[in-house]
Amino acid sequence: MPIADRVAVRLRVNGEEMAVMVAPYKTLLEVLREDLGLTGTKHGCELGECSTCGVLVDGRPYLSCLAMPLDLEGREITTVEGMAHGSDPDPLQVAFAELGAAQCGYCTPAMLLTARALLDRDPHPTRDAIKEALSGVLCRCTGYLKIFEAVELAASRGRRHG
Amino acid sequence: MADELAIVGKSLTKPDAFAKVSGQTRFADDLALPRMLFGRILRSPHPHARIVGVDTSRARALPGVLAVLTGDDLPIKFGILPVSQDEEALAREKVRYVGDPVAAVAATDEWIADEALDLIEVEFTQLPPIMSIEQAIAADAEPIHGASNVHKAVALEFGDTDEAMRAAQHVREDVVFFEGNTHLPMEQHAALAQYGADGKLTLWTSSQTPHYVHRALGKVLELPMSRIRVIATPNGGGFGGKSDIFSHELVAARLAIVTGRPVKITLTREEVFYAHRGRHPVLMRVKTGLTRDGRITAMQFRSFLDGGGYGSYGVASTYYTGALQATTYAIPRYRFEALRVFTNKPPCGPKRGHGTPQPRFALETHFDKVAEELGLDPVELRLRNLPRPDSRTVNWLRITSCGLEACINKVVEGSGFLERRRSMPRGRGLGFAVSSYLSGAGTAIYWNDMPHSEVQLKLDRNGGVALLCGAIDIGQGSDHILAAIVAEVLGVALEDIQLTTADTDLTPIDLGSYSSRVTFMAGNAAKAAAEKVRAQLFEAVARALPCDVDDLVARDRRIVRRNRPEEGVSFTQAVQLVEAGGGVVTATGSYTPPKLAGPYKGSGVGPSPAYSFSAAVVEVDCDVSTGEVRVPEVWIAHDIGRAINPVLVEGQVEGSVYMALGEALMEEQTFRLGLHKFPSLLEYKSPTALEAPVMHTYLVETIDREGPFGAKEAGQGPLLPVIPAVANAVYNALGVRIDEIPITPDKVLKAMADRSKRVGPASTPAFEFPPLIKAEIPEEWKGK
Repeated sequence: MPIADRVAVRLRVNGEEMAVMVAPYKTLLEVLREDLGLTGTKHGCELGECSTCGVLVDGRPYLSCLAMPLDLEGREITTVEGMAHGSDPDPLQVAFAELGAAQCGYCTPAMLLTARALLDRDPHPTRDAIKEALSGVLCRCTGYLKIFEAVELAASRGRRHG
Repeated sequence: MADELAIVGKSLTKPDAFAKVSGQTRFADDLALPRMLFGRILRSPHPHARIVGVDTSRARALPGVLAVLTGDDLPIKFGILPVSQDEEALAREKVRYVGDPVAAVAATDEWIADEALDLIEVEFTQLPPIMSIEQAIAADAEPIHGASNVHKAVALEFGDTDEAMRAAQHVREDVVFFEGNTHLPMEQHAALAQYGADGKLTLWTSSQTPHYVHRALGKVLELPMSRIRVIATPNGGGFGGKSDIFSHELVAARLAIVTGRPVKITLTREEVFYAHRGRHPVLMRVKTGLTRDGRITAMQFRSFLDGGGYGSYGVASTYYTGALQATTYAIPRYRFEALRVFTNKPPCGPKRGHGTPQPRFALETHFDKVAEELGLDPVELRLRNLPRPDSRTVNWLRITSCGLEACINKVVEGSGFLERRRSMPRGRGLGFAVSSYLSGAGTAIYWNDMPHSEVQLKLDRNGGVALLCGAIDIGQGSDHILAAIVAEVLGVALEDIQLTTADTDLTPIDLGSYSSRVTFMAGNAAKAAAEKVRAQLFEAVARALPCDVDDLVARDRRIVRRNRPEEGVSFTQAVQLVEAGGGVVTATGSYTPPKLAGPYKGSGVGPSPAYSFSAAVVEVDCDVSTGEVRVPEVWIAHDIGRAINPVLVEGQVEGSVYMALGEALMEEQTFRLGLHKFPSLLEYKSPTALEAPVMHTYLVETIDREGPFGAKEAGQGPLLPVIPAVANAVYNALGVRIDEIPITPDKVLKAMADRSKRVGPASTPAFEFPPLIKAEIPEEWKGK
């Protein structure tokens, strides 16, 4: 589309204000990856079917492939790049790494963020609650078990130290 | 103590884990270059049609479009196997499935590229589509390639099976069908090409086989391979689906050459379904002769493969449907006939287990029925026909270590199979099955005498170890395996190893992440390289201390005397001693599998330097009103040789079980009027977290004499027994035989309602196979 038709979008991503000029029909997924360089957010279908593109909006799981950035001005968007505190990884990231819960690593960002939202709401979830919370995010590598175990390990270690 | 393993055998965090959990891993579509263009491919809307003409003038005129390609721009045919060079990057005369690439564009953004595709006018003359094996071999069938739809026909016999059948005390025959399904990696395929001002082409691609992509680019683009660099990016899942050469890789490269700008093509999810190369639909007939006490005397096996529109790995897939019967059971006489046909569907190829899950389903359900007829329990039947360690099968496959019996015992004891299966409530059932798989194909895809895997090590004077290898991590953990082996041999820490992988300019060859070969082959190459460079270190340290070379060990970042560990030098000092003496401290290692092919045509598919073995018990919970089958619990044992990293092996086993359950119960790639019924993640059903069963994983270690530290494969074998174990469990639960994968609710209900208590094919098509090649059999089987 002509550059003149681009619109200014201001987003708050991982605690930082960001502004870009983009075509108004670009999805949040595309703006994050292509305009903001946050390629940690992945895509598997771009139709809202696999949740690979999951981010958090105000702490809740959100499909970035179906979200329009203009609707999200003023909201708090969290991507996988925003999970660590400085160079201190989130306990979920540590547990996923230690237990081999990230095989190819492609669904991992969405899986981690979805699990983060769960633990923020329910710090000691049951296995069934974990299954339920993660059931929208498809993983083809792990069979999900190491992921469940990693969420439980992170939960047992509590919230981040810092 | 000094010889205890420090790294191998430990569940350490893999080197690429933190990059993956922080979103820093750069997958192919994460890459972007200045001035990059977006490529898109126009695909056939028809399953079978002649291309009459392509008019690209309106697309070319669209502002923002920098190039449009048609088949004539890339006329040289290619294919992964030298015997099947039948693909074109963009179809020239004919399209052979819905989704076959026809034209391509490069534009300044994806929307313009999409719009340009709509402006390309292709005139087709439709041909009758061939959508089944029966249609393909019908006398009046329209040929998809050449004069006939027979792609490959095989007929082999090892000993006189007819005679053995006549002498058998019990004979049973079954016909079963396994529907096709696809890999469904979460990452869509993507490739980024750059053509430098110096005339050098670089392609970053989500590929399991960068070496073969490199070769195909050289052929199709007619460039010297030294002017092409292929870098495989970490694969966001492969499962075999990224081990072929794909149109978009060649097209991106040509578009970059034509425009002088970087071009990226990322497939949409729908296109990934068309790229396919997944599980072949296979119709099978198995006939076994046995003694009254359940010892196999002969087997005759027939398979009919629905190959889709092109050859791909199909010739290998065809042989694989017959090769591993005799590594799972001791079979004294064996006949194998197979036919692969072309159909107007996306090409089939290798998916996890390549060509062997289908016959495994056939054999394991067949032997469940045989056991019942003979009044034996299914476990006892297997135990009476175990393959032996250090033996040769009747079709000449050499077995080294074999832990199948131990695997069987683990799952049978763990699940309480023998006691519990007799007392399950209606709707609940237990099923059992066994399998074997290769640790790497023993022959290369193109004939040559060179190593299959090579590793180069360069030691840094500050204590770092650079490891270069052509292998690509597709999530299976190959980076860890290579680093762990080298760190173990050199006595350094895992984090001291710096990996550079899968870059054809920099890394020595590894044939690719397919056929469960990387741990075994690249692992052996890494071990050889590390041992060579360690010998250099030991020699220098022995001179400096002084002491005898044989007295030294490498551990804890030191090289010390075995029984006087206080006498020694740091690893870094040792490197400096060598560097001072002779410059760059480097070594290479390589692995060439032993020549194991038997004395017959077709013996190249099946040989492997070692075989893994697995056994599974699956519990099912069937809803008798809806026909739905759920799997609450699985027991799986796998003979891994040695687990170099147990947590990673468990991950491979659990992932295999998961993928098997998807195939067993819901995944299928089927067509209506030539169209794929479910080319989307929503409609193509795959298991979610809610369907994940409780899994009990048992790793059996047999320490294979040729594997690196005794290791064998884990990525594919554990999938194999699970699918038939589900089918056998459904029989235990409901008394019905679903002789057709997937076992969907409609089939279960139908079988329950039908007097036969069965759903499955009744017969195999009439087809005249070529005359049997009667192969010599190994000495140990003569007279048996």
